[in-house]
Amino acid sequence: MTSNLANEPARVAAMFRKMLVIRTFEEAAGENFFAGHVRGSVHQYIGEESIAVGICENLRDDDYLTSNHRGHGHSIAKGADPRAMMLELFGKIGGTSDGKGGSMHIADFSVGMLGANGVIADGCTISVGAAQAVKLLGQDRIVVNFIGDGGINRGPFMEALNWAKVYELPVLFVCENNQIAATTTTRLVTAGEGIARRAESFDVPAVTIDGNDLFTVDGTAARVISEIRNGSGPQLIQAMTYRLRGHFAHDDAGYREPGEAEAALEHEPIRRTEAWLCENGLSQDELDAMRAEVTAEIAGYVDDAMQADWPDPSLAFTDVQDVGAPNMPGAIS
Amino acid sequence: MSEMTYAQAARLGLQEEMRRDPTVWALGEDLGYEGGMAGQYSDLQAEFGADRIVDTPISESTIMGAAVGAALAGTRPIAELRFSDFAMCAVDELVNQAAKARYMFGGQARVPMVARMPIGIRGGIAAQHSQSPEAWYTHVPGLVVVTPGTPAENRGLLKAAIRCDDPVVYMEHKGLWGVTGEVDENDPSEIPLGVARTVRDGRDITIVSWAAQVGVAAEAAEALASEGISAEIIDLRTLWPWDRDTVMASVARTGRLLVVHEAVRVGGFGGEIAAEVAEELGVPVARLGGERIPIPFSIPLEEAYKIKADRIAARVREMPA
Repeated sequence: MTSNLANEPARVAAMFRKMLVIRTFEEAAGENFFAGHVRGSVHQYIGEESIAVGICENLRDDDYLTSNHRGHGHSIAKGADPRAMMLELFGKIGGTSDGKGGSMHIADFSVGMLGANGVIADGCTISVGAAQAVKLLGQDRIVVNFIGDGGINRGPFMEALNWAKVYELPVLFVCENNQIAATTTTRLVTAGEGIARRAESFDVPAVTIDGNDLFTVDGTAARVISEIRNGSGPQLIQAMTYRLRGHFAHDDAGYREPGEAEAALEHEPIRRTEAWLCENGLSQDELDAMRAEVTAEIAGYVDDAMQADWPDPSLAFTDVQDVGAPNMPGAIS
Repeated sequence: MSEMTYAQAARLGLQEEMRRDPTVWALGEDLGYEGGMAGQYSDLQAEFGADRIVDTPISESTIMGAAVGAALAGTRPIAELRFSDFAMCAVDELVNQAAKARYMFGGQARVPMVARMPIGIRGGIAAQHSQSPEAWYTHVPGLVVVTPGTPAENRGLLKAAIRCDDPVVYMEHKGLWGVTGEVDENDPSEIPLGVARTVRDGRDITIVSWAAQVGVAAEAAEALASEGISAEIIDLRTLWPWDRDTVMASVARTGRLLVVHEAVRVGGFGGEIAAEVAEELGVPVARLGGERIPIPFSIPLEEAYKIKADRIAARVREMPA
């Protein structure tokens, strides 16, 4: 499928730039993980950037998005501030959650980003509920849920598919099928033909596309999102892709077949989109300049994150709840 | 004033809140035709429509998870789980999502939802329909835990739970559904969360309890009174936050504390209250709760699990004066 995007090189360049921001952000996150500045788990989105950007470019700011543990790309694509995200990875004040959440709990409600999620497939049920609220409030927002191929074997995914169809909710499920669930090959633990067939069995229209092709993702997203906004009910896009890195930064992906990751580089979205831009009027100088600009931008966020203040320990005790909120240690209860 | 049941009073509270606030809605199994297990939703679908009293599939994870999403997106859902036993299918959504969203997202989000999950022995519905797991949820940061004990409380506390911006685990006791009491229909006010009710004044011992066990404790107090022992009875009403001030002030006067609950004693919330009181006041404390067995089916077995008034009275007599 070819979208109109091919006639809009300037738009392609803008989307490419966003993909580059995600790629560079993820590389910086990994580097700073190994440098000891970023703690915990960093699940990089490297190799899947065209999906988040292709989908989110077709959303409005007030549309909702729910994500998963590999959520940095979705957040940036939806409009979250990558600087605040980097500060969050570092656990600093000024992070999206002022250091309370970290990589797996990035959210930006000002752009409808209802949160990454540390529990596989939990975004599915949150999405259908958000869509029910949208209907109840008479809004015309839609809700996009990003799920991985590993998530389709959890009950909440299948419950939510059924639920979305029963109430004809404005939900787009996007399954990023990178073919591996953490370190286990998904097809070895998945019966049947997989996600699209499962969606169709609930009468949820499903389409399988090459997720590494920005043009296909954009064209499909434009059509499907418009249909959902016009009342089609839920739909599902299965975007085939490949995770170029391990499950998280400290996974060396030793379970891969020899040569597998190298072969995948040929199909990876940054390279493909860049090649298209080269053939369609963007000079190598312009591309290099864009790359340098993005690299400097992300490096600036890393510098900011290094220099930002740590949260005051007292912040550990805030924003728990209104009724029955915790006391500060040492406070008289 | 009019006389109504615990279930009817809850229905009235919900109806009042739904009339007051169009963002309040309920979702769960069998809310329309059946009107809920005890009629606590009866005819509300006719008044508010199937989009606000939503009959759902048997999908507990999604009932709870959808409530979280709907709360994040600007509404005030009431997730009806029918039995706290069934709600265990959705503990992930409640504990990992509802309870923590505000915190994890650095205060960007609020989750104003009510997770309604009745507890307790109703009689003859055995091990998967009779549990009292309220202590589990008191352990979870972010949650409020409410256990209404009378019809008036089931109206007023439900209203407060619906208006609360925190996720509230609302645990009605199934043994109380048909119990009647006075409710002032002309007073639409809520009963504040976190405030206990002193059911009976006394001088010699404080007995703290909640839900259906309060009535049993009151029976015991009656028996003790005839022996010259004056027991003060406190219905906690909200377990988190529990009303420390009321309990501490009472025990400071009476000098002894007994906590009684239907839930299993081991790891029960009685342990928390007893420990806090002992640490702060250094007075004798004791707990009574169920043995650590599943709730049995047969009448004599089920009766053997219950904490009866005579056991409460006996425990009080055993305590150091």
